[in-house]
Amino acid sequence: MMKKIRILIAKPGLDGHDRGAKYVARALKDAGYEVIYTGIRQTPDAIVKTAIQEDVDFIGLSLLSGAHNELFPKVVELLKSKNADDIIVFGGGVIPESDIPGLKENGIRAVFTPGTPIKDIIAYIESAK
Amino acid sequence: MQNLARQVLKQDIRAIARSISLIENETDITQKEALIDTLHPHCGNAIVWGITGPPGAGKSCLLDRFIEHLRQDNKTVAVIAVDPSSPFSGGALLGDRLRMQKHATDDGVFIRSMASRGHLGGVAGATADAIKIFDAAGFDYVIIETIGVGQTEIEVMELSDIVLLVLVPGLGDEIQALKAGVMEIGDIFIINKKDLDGADRLKSEVEYVLSLKDSIESDSKHPICMTSATQNDGIGNALSQINSYFAGLRDDGRLAQKRKERIEKELKHIATTKIMASANRFLNIDQRLNGWVEEVFQKKVSPYKLLNKKIGDFLQEINWQ
Ligand SMILES: Nc1nc2c(ncn2[C@@H]2O[C@H](COP(=O)(O)OP(=O)(O)OP(=O)(O)O)[C@@H](O)[C@H]2O)c(=O)[nH]1
Ligand SMILES: [Mg+2]
Repeated sequence: MMKKIRILIAKPGLDGHDRGAKYVARALKDAGYEVIYTGIRQTPDAIVKTAIQEDVDFIGLSLLSGAHNELFPKVVELLKSKNADDIIVFGGGVIPESDIPGLKENGIRAVFTPGTPIKDIIAYIESAK
Repeated sequence: MQNLARQVLKQDIRAIARSISLIENETDITQKEALIDTLHPHCGNAIVWGITGPPGAGKSCLLDRFIEHLRQDNKTVAVIAVDPSSPFSGGALLGDRLRMQKHATDDGVFIRSMASRGHLGGVAGATADAIKIFDAAGFDYVIIETIGVGQTEIEVMELSDIVLLVLVPGLGDEIQALKAGVMEIGDIFIINKKDLDGADRLKSEVEYVLSLKDSIESDSKHPICMTSATQNDGIGNALSQINSYFAGLRDDGRLAQKRKERIEKELKHIATTKIMASANRFLNIDQRLNGWVEEVFQKKVSPYKLLNKKIGDFLQEINWQ
C-alpha cells in the first residue's frame, strides 16, 4: 500500500457559494486523491485544526468574497505557529492577478483563478507532493 | 519507549494524526506494530460506539448533537468517519465532518476521516488500530461512523461496544433494509428525522421485527429512540438510553465478553493476514508458482498432491513447528 495524498478543501470567509469548491473536491477525488471537504464559512483556526487532525498534505482554499489577502496568509501563519508548515497551501477563486505575487510572498504556494483546468491543479499537486 | 507512542500518550494532536496515517499507509509495518504494541497496555478505557445506517440517514448530524451533549459533560470524543474509496480512481470524497465542523476548534474533539482503500487487512484492521490510538490517548468516547451496506461495514461495526443503527422514514424500502442483516448488528435503534411523515409507522415496524429478535435472544432488550437531529429533538433521551444500555453491558459481564470476542477476531485476523503474506512470499520466490502452473497444465502432477507436499516444505521453510 502506498501513501495516499490527502487534501483539505476549505472555504474561509463569508461567501456562501461552494459550487466551485465542491467541483474541485470531486475532480480531485476522481484523480485518485483523498479529499476532505469542510463546507463554507470556516475560520482559519478551524481550517488549520482540521488539516492537522486529518494529517493532510495540502490545503486548498477557495474564496469569492475578496478577503483572500487577509485570510489566506492567516492560514499559513497559523500553520507555522503549530509547526505544521510542511502542509502546502494553495488557493483559488476570484483573485485579481495583481494580488497573486503578494499571496505567494506570504506562503501561498500556488493560486488558481477561475477557468483554470483541473488538470493544471493536478499537475501542480503532482509536482509539489 | 517509541517516541511516537510517547507523544500519543501525551495527547499530542499531531502525533495522534500521524500515527493514524502510519496505520493507514501501511508503509512501515514494523513501526506500526511497535506503536500498537506500545499503546496496548494503555487501551481499554474508552467507550466505543459504532453508528451506521443508510446514506443520508443523518448519522453525522446526530453525532454532531451527541458530541455537544458529551462535551457538556466534559467528556472527550474522537470520531472515525469511514467512507468508501472509489474503486475506479482510488480517491475518496470525505464529507462527514462537514456536519460536525462546529467542533473543529474544540480541543476535546478529534475528528478523523478515513477512506476504506484497498487495505491488506481490510479497513476493519486499520480502524481497529485507529481506535487503539484514540483510546490510549485518553479519549473518553471513540465513535466510528460507516454507511451500513456491506460486509466491510459490518466488520467495522463489530469493533464497537455498542452499535447505533440509524433508520429514517421515507426511504420506501425500510423493511428491505431491516431484512438485509443490518438489523442483526444493532444494539440501539434510532429513528431519525422524526419530524418527517412516516416516522411512527417505521417505529412500529422496527418494534415488530425486534419483538421477533428479542424473543430469541432473551438477554437483551433493544431500545428504540426517536430523534430529529436537525431540530435537536430527542437527543438527550437517546443519549441516556445509550448510556444505560452500556451500563447494563458493563455490569453483567457482556461487555468483557464482547471485548474478548473482539480480541479473538483480531488475533485470527492478524494470524491469517501474516500467514497469507508469508504464503504469497513463498509462492513467488523464484517464480515457483509459475513452474507449478506449467506442471499442472501439462498434467505432470495433480493440484492436491502437489500442494500437500509443497505446504509441508513451506511450513518447514517458515519454521512453523
Ligand atoms: N428533516 C430532517 N433532516 C435531517 C435530520 N437529520 C439530518 N437531516 C438531513 O439529512 C441530510 C443528511 O445528513 P447527514 O448527517 O449528512 O447524514 P449521514 O447519514 O451522515 O449521511 P452519509 O454519511 O452521507 O451516509 C442532511 O441534509 C441533514 O440536514 C432530521 O432529523 N430531520
Ligand atoms: Mg455522514
